[in-house]
Parts: sequence; structure tokens; C-alpha cells
Amino acid sequence: MIKSIIKYFSEIFRGVKSLLTGMKITGYYFTHPKEIITQQYPENRETLKMFDRFRGEVVLIHDENNEHKCTGCSACEIACPNGTIEIISDKAIDPETGKPKKVIDKFVYHLSMCTFCNLCIIACPTDAIKMAQTFEHSVFDRTKLTKVLNKPGSKIMAGIKE
Amino acid sequence: MNFNIYDFTDFVTSVSNWLNEILSPELAVITGMAIIGIIFLLFIALLGLSLVYIERKVCAFFQQRLGPMRVGFWGTAQTIADIIKLIFKEPLVTKNADKFLFNLAAFIVMIAPLLAIAAVPFAKGLHVLDFDIGIFYVTAVSSIGVTGILLAGWSSNNKYSLIGAMRSGAQIVSYELSVGLSLLTIIILTGSLQLSEIVNSQSDGWWIFKGNIPAVIAFIIFIIASTAESNRGPFDLAEAESEITAGFHTEYSGIKFAFFFLSEYVNLFIIAAIGTTVFFGGWMPLHLGNLTFFNNIMDFIPPLIWFFMKVAALLFLIMWFKWTFPRLRIDQMLTLEWKYLLPLNLMNLMLMSIVSLNGWHF
Amino acid sequence: MFTLLDENGKTDTKEFTETQEYFVNMGPQHPSTHGVLRLLLTLDGEIIRRVEPHIGYIHRSIEKMCEKDSYQQVVHLTDRMDYLSCHINNEAVCLCVEKGLQLEIPERVKYIRTIISELTRIASHQLWWGVMGMDLGAITSFLYGFRDREMITDIFEETCGARLTMNYNVPGGVMFDIHPNFRKRTKDFISHFKKKLPEYDELLTGNVIFEERTKGIGYLSKEDAISFGVTGPSARASGFACDIRKKIPYSAYDKVDFKEIVFTEGDSYTRYKARIAEMWESMHIIEQLIDNIPEGEFKAKTKAVIKLPPGEYYQRVETARGELGVFIISDNKKSPYRVKFRSPGFSNLFALDTMAKGCKIADLVAMMSTLDLVIPDIDR
Repeated sequence: MIKSIIKYFSEIFRGVKSLLTGMKITGYYFTHPKEIITQQYPENRETLKMFDRFRGEVVLIHDENNEHKCTGCSACEIACPNGTIEIISDKAIDPETGKPKKVIDKFVYHLSMCTFCNLCIIACPTDAIKMAQTFEHSVFDRTKLTKVLNKPGSKIMAGIKE
Repeated sequence: MNFNIYDFTDFVTSVSNWLNEILSPELAVITGMAIIGIIFLLFIALLGLSLVYIERKVCAFFQQRLGPMRVGFWGTAQTIADIIKLIFKEPLVTKNADKFLFNLAAFIVMIAPLLAIAAVPFAKGLHVLDFDIGIFYVTAVSSIGVTGILLAGWSSNNKYSLIGAMRSGAQIVSYELSVGLSLLTIIILTGSLQLSEIVNSQSDGWWIFKGNIPAVIAFIIFIIASTAESNRGPFDLAEAESEITAGFHTEYSGIKFAFFFLSEYVNLFIIAAIGTTVFFGGWMPLHLGNLTFFNNIMDFIPPLIWFFMKVAALLFLIMWFKWTFPRLRIDQMLTLEWKYLLPLNLMNLMLMSIVSLNGWHF
Repeated sequence: MFTLLDENGKTDTKEFTETQEYFVNMGPQHPSTHGVLRLLLTLDGEIIRRVEPHIGYIHRSIEKMCEKDSYQQVVHLTDRMDYLSCHINNEAVCLCVEKGLQLEIPERVKYIRTIISELTRIASHQLWWGVMGMDLGAITSFLYGFRDREMITDIFEETCGARLTMNYNVPGGVMFDIHPNFRKRTKDFISHFKKKLPEYDELLTGNVIFEERTKGIGYLSKEDAISFGVTGPSARASGFACDIRKKIPYSAYDKVDFKEIVFTEGDSYTRYKARIAEMWESMHIIEQLIDNIPEGEFKAKTKAVIKLPPGEYYQRVETARGELGVFIISDNKKSPYRVKFRSPGFSNLFALDTMAKGCKIADLVAMMSTLDLVIPDIDR
């Protein structure tokens, strides 16, 4: 009888103690607003820097002369699991050899279908494409997600071969 | 008109005299009631808005977040934006719902806190209803709210709502007991149910200090039981979102949902206000023994500020509970009431009687 | 009240109130089914009589899609199965393909894979812990769980390039070498989390309400666990030692010293404790490996087009939820003939009915949390 009464009260005591331990934790964080980890995203756009390897979207690297390294070999197109990349190539005459040569007409990239798996980047034999760190992709019109990656008037760098 | 921030008695009397002068007695009464009604409606709206904001901020800080930050300075206008959104939303009624009861329920839950808030003594003389059965009135009136919850659950024609309503019914019926008994413990000391009397009896010290250990126990029981009565976490079984989606207000939308939401916060305020009045001396300032200088400083702070500060402290405690503890299960909640709180409460009541009889309290 | 006729056609004077069982559809949209799982509950008041899981709401036919993909492409689909242990899923496919190719992979790859697997496991358990608290009504734990998980996702983002669906593995190795900051960040995380994990215990584990809600609830016996094919921490809490990392070590698990967490009680509380203990063990594993990553290649040389020799290949790994099996049938083409995933969530889910009989709705939610279900993993 006495034992059960003691048990009854010790249970209450133990329970209240465990509740207070929990309240101590939340109370600690309430009184330490410095530990707040919230990032205020659109406000911190200036300072927000993504990691170098972050996969935001595929871009075709252009240098200052508006030249890229894509030979139109479509290795990336084959490597892509979702049909995100479409390369529309054209025939042109190589000025050095005078032979017909494959050049890209349009490097079409469907951002809406991309799963950012990076397989195209590692498949590219000439390192012509890379993942950019941009991530603000939302648009009001779906067609805007289909991008042509080669800039108008760009041409292939000299010396890049398949 | 003599406006005194420390004592509103003269001000209130002069306003009522002025009304009687310019109007016939019947009209004066009606106008007076209308004025008070409008003031309370505005007060409740303001209270709801600010409490929702405070709750969101407090919860955010417990969780290492910032909470609303966008609308207005530090998100202060966030709740106003929310209310505007809720007003413009379509009030949906489910197809097979009992439309009359469904609409009625939202008003009943709102009426209960409106009635109860009238009895709260805000400051000296600032008191709408000063019954000699004040405490009894508040406990009685605040349990009307459960009718609204039961109706909402039943009329929604949704099983989740029904489960929520049934839980809520069981919960409130049992926890009423504990709230009433814990308040009774203090009433033994005051000897009066009148709220103004209870406040006046604490002019030389608050009951939580004067009433020895039983008063502290009674306060702990009161805060637990009243949290449960107001359907708040960790006792929010009636709207346990992880179990029964939103419980009794699953099917409500727009402004009717806002009523449920608002009534929760007004109920919260009433609980804190009653707790303050009974245990923490209402609007009475804190006095420490014979430290005259300290007591004078405390007296300088207006009673309204004292009252709201104490209420805020109690509200913070209740919010602290909510954002720390997991929810109880329905049977555990009933076990807590019938096997722990009620026996403890009865024992405490007896203890308090002994203390009171022997004059061991201060 | 009903008046009944007895056998002789006379009115029975006994009156009784009739109660009726009723059905509740929990899900497909429900806050605590964590996805689009539908549970058809047969309830008697608050008491559960039967739980009938209906699945298929997020079926994306990943197994079928694998049949048109090359082996490199199969990997990225497995990210979308159990997205919380995506690295381990990737690893399973890669190990299976490597087994088929009989490819010797560099030691460095094994170490990197093991470390990131364990980080994934911790991240998954952190999220589980937060969600568990939230299911029980303590929303604060959700944010605390996410706070610590954020450090791991940062590690992943820096090294693997993505936070959730990382696709870091390729058959033969990993996609890139670890980032120069990887070691430091991982060590920072370990020292940070060692301080924070006891906090988890203080907030939830010791809490009297939490104990009441989980102790003795949702009992799963060892026999039932085995017969339902329950694996992972859920089964180990019932006393079924089924840790693949210990039984059939893969990657670098044979080089590290760790305990297999086995409890015998088999209730929700034990499943909870098993996962908390696993987080400690995972940190212990990472600590042993992080300073000893051998130098070398991060990827073995493979052909651009991988063709597995005809045959059947099976690889088991231990994900955060249990045993994941990858079964590949190859017919010497560049894509597999058939791929089958034995996902842990699927088997774990169907133990729910046995566990939940006679419990309350609130218990079901707690139980489901301790099984740690990821619905895309169940449906695939």
C-alpha cells in the first residue's frame, strides 16, 4: 500500500522532471536567438553562393570570342536518360581541309525534363558543357524552359576534334 | 471627466452619468451595452490578431526559426494579411452536411469566449460584469464552447470531424472538473466567488505566494487542466493534425474557419486572465515585504500593464508547453485526469482547507 | 436501442445498443502517411480492427524504365525510390553492375562510398526523428532534425553536387573525387552532432508523454518480423539480426568495427531507440574511415557502353530502412533485360496490420513513424 503510494508519487515526480528537461531544451533555444539558422532567401541573393559542383542547369561554355567546344558528337544526347538534350547538327565545309564537317546548328536543352544527373557532363569528350550554379528557374511559360544553349553566331573553337 | 490610469471607477461612473444625462434611462443602458459590445469586439479582433502573430513568433524562436518576416516590419502585418485572405475565401459547405448546424457551430464557439471575457477584471473599476458568482459564471460559460465543437464535428458529415468532436467532448467534460476544483482551492482562501473580491484579497500579496504549497499545486493543476480545456497542445487531440487531419474543423474554410481559430486564441486569453486573477493577483502590482521604494516603483506601473504582463507570462508558459511536448493519446489523457489530476486535486483541496483552518497561509 | 426476436419468435426483453465498425480512408492525402499511401482502416470507435494498405498512388514503373536505360542511367532512377537513402540505392546498383563485370574497384572508392552511405543514413534518421516527433504532435523536433540534417546536405552539395538526389555513384566508382573540404566538413558535422544527439534524447526520448505513447505499442515479434520480411532497424528492434553490413559486408564495411544494434522488445519505443543508436554507430563508422581514405583513383576504368555478361546478378545492401536488393538479368545488351528492386519499405509496410490490431488511431500514427516508411520506395 505504502509502496504503491510512493510509486504513484515518484512516477509523477519523474514525469514532471522529464517534461521540464524537454522544456529546458526549447527554452534554451528561445533565449539564444543567435542560433537561428533561417536564411532569408530572396534578401540574401547577393551573398548566397552555391557550391562549385552544384548542379543547376546545363550550359554550353562560350569563351570571349563567342566560341564553344561542342563538335556535335551527341554523346551527351545518348548519355541523357530523359531525352533532355537534342542536338540539331548541320554540315559545313571545313575551311582547312575543304571536307564537309559536322557542326551544331542548335543545342536544344529541355530544362523541364532534366533530372540534373550529370551524366551528360561526364559523357562529353571535349568538356564543352558544364553545370551552372543558377537555380532560379521558375517561369510563367513552359516553353521558356526549352533553351538553345549555343549563342547566336557562335562557332566551334579551332583545334577541337571528336 | 476625470481619467485616472490607476483607478477607472470614477471614469466609468462619469461616463455612465453622462449617458444618463443626455439619454433616457433605457436608452442609456442600451447605448452603454452597445459601446461595451463594440469595444469588446474590437478588443477580441485585436487580441486574435496579435496572439496569432505572437504565437507564430514564439513558436519560431523555440524552433530556431524567424517566423513571419515578410509582411510589414518583422512580419507584424502577417495576420492581417491572413485574415484578409480568409475573408475572401469561399465558405465551402460539404454536400451532405447539416447546413444549419454547420453554420451555427462556428458562431457558438465564438459566443462562449465573448461571454466569458465580460467577467474579466482588467483593472480597478474596468470590469463589465462583476457578479458575486464571477468564477462560477466564467467556468460555466466557457464550457458552452464544447457544444459548438460537438456540433461542428457532427454536422460536417466527416468521420475525422466526428472522431475529433467526440474526443473533444470527452476531454472537456473531464477537465472541467480539475479546473473547477483547482479554482475552488483558492476560493477557500478568498471566501468569495466574486472576481473583484478575489483581486482585492490579494492586495497584500498574490495567492500563489500567500497560499503556501497547496496554492502552487493548484496553479500547476489549473494550468494543465485549462490547457486541456482549451484544446491546445499537448492536449490538442480534437484537432490532432497527424491523426485526424484537422479534427472537428476539417471541413470549415474561409471566415468560419477563422472563427474556430480566433476562438482558440480568445479562450487562451481568458484562461490566462482567470489564472492571473485567481493566482497572480489580477491587476495588483508585485509587492515585496517592507521594501517601500521597490513597492512604490511597482505601484507606479499602471494596473492595466500589470494585468497584461501577467497574462503574457502565462500565455508564454502555455505556448512553451505546446511547442515542446508530444500529444497525448485519448486514453492517456483521460488517465491523467481521472487517476492523477483529480485525486491530487481533491487531496490538495483538503490540504488547503487544513491550511486555511489553521491559518498557516500568509 | 433494438428489440430482438428470440428463436421462438417472441420479443426478447433484452435491449442493447448496437455498435458498428466503420471504415476510414487514411490517405492518400493525409498528413501522417508521408506521401500518397492509402490505409483503409476498420475502426471500432477509436480502436483499430484492421489496417489494409492500398499502394500504387506513386507508381512510376522505375523497374520498367530501367529496361530501356543503360547501366549508367539506371543509377539515377534509383535516387527516386527511397530518396532519403539515395546514395545507398545508387551504390546497390553500382555494386551489382560491378559484380557482373567482375570489376575491381579502387579502395578509395570503397571508403568514399561507405562514408557517404553512413552520412546518408544519419541524414535519413535525422529526418525520421523529426517526423516522428511531428507525428506525435511535437512539431519542434521536426525543425531540430532538419537543422542538423542541413549540415549533411551541405556536405553532399559540396562533394556530390546535389542535396537530395545526388547520383554520385557510377558503375566503377564515383562521379568526382571528394571535395577538398569534405574531410573538414564531415569532422565538423560529427563534432556538432555529438553535442546535438543527446538533445534529441532530452527532448523526446526521456519525455514521459513520449514514453507512454510508444512503450509497449505496436509489438512485432521476431517470428512475425521474419515472416513479413521486415528488415532494417525495425526488424533489429524485434531481435532479428539482419544487418547486411555485418552479414555480407560490402564496400568498406569489413574494414570497420561497429556494433549491430539489436534489441528484443519489438515495440515502437525500441524501434525508436534502435535508430537513435544507429546514428551513434554511423558516426563511429565515419570516424574510423574519415582519416584513412586511401589515395588513388576515384573511378575504375570502364567502357563507355557497359554490357553485362548474360546471367543473373543480385546485390543486397543495407539502406536506412532495411535491406535493398537489386536483381539484374542481363542478356548481353547495353540495357538490362529485367531489373527488380527488393525495397525495404514494401515489406515493412505490410507488417502494419499485425502490429496495429487493437491499437488506437494515435498509436497507428506512432507505429507508422517508427517503421519509417518512404512511399516512393514502396511503389517504385
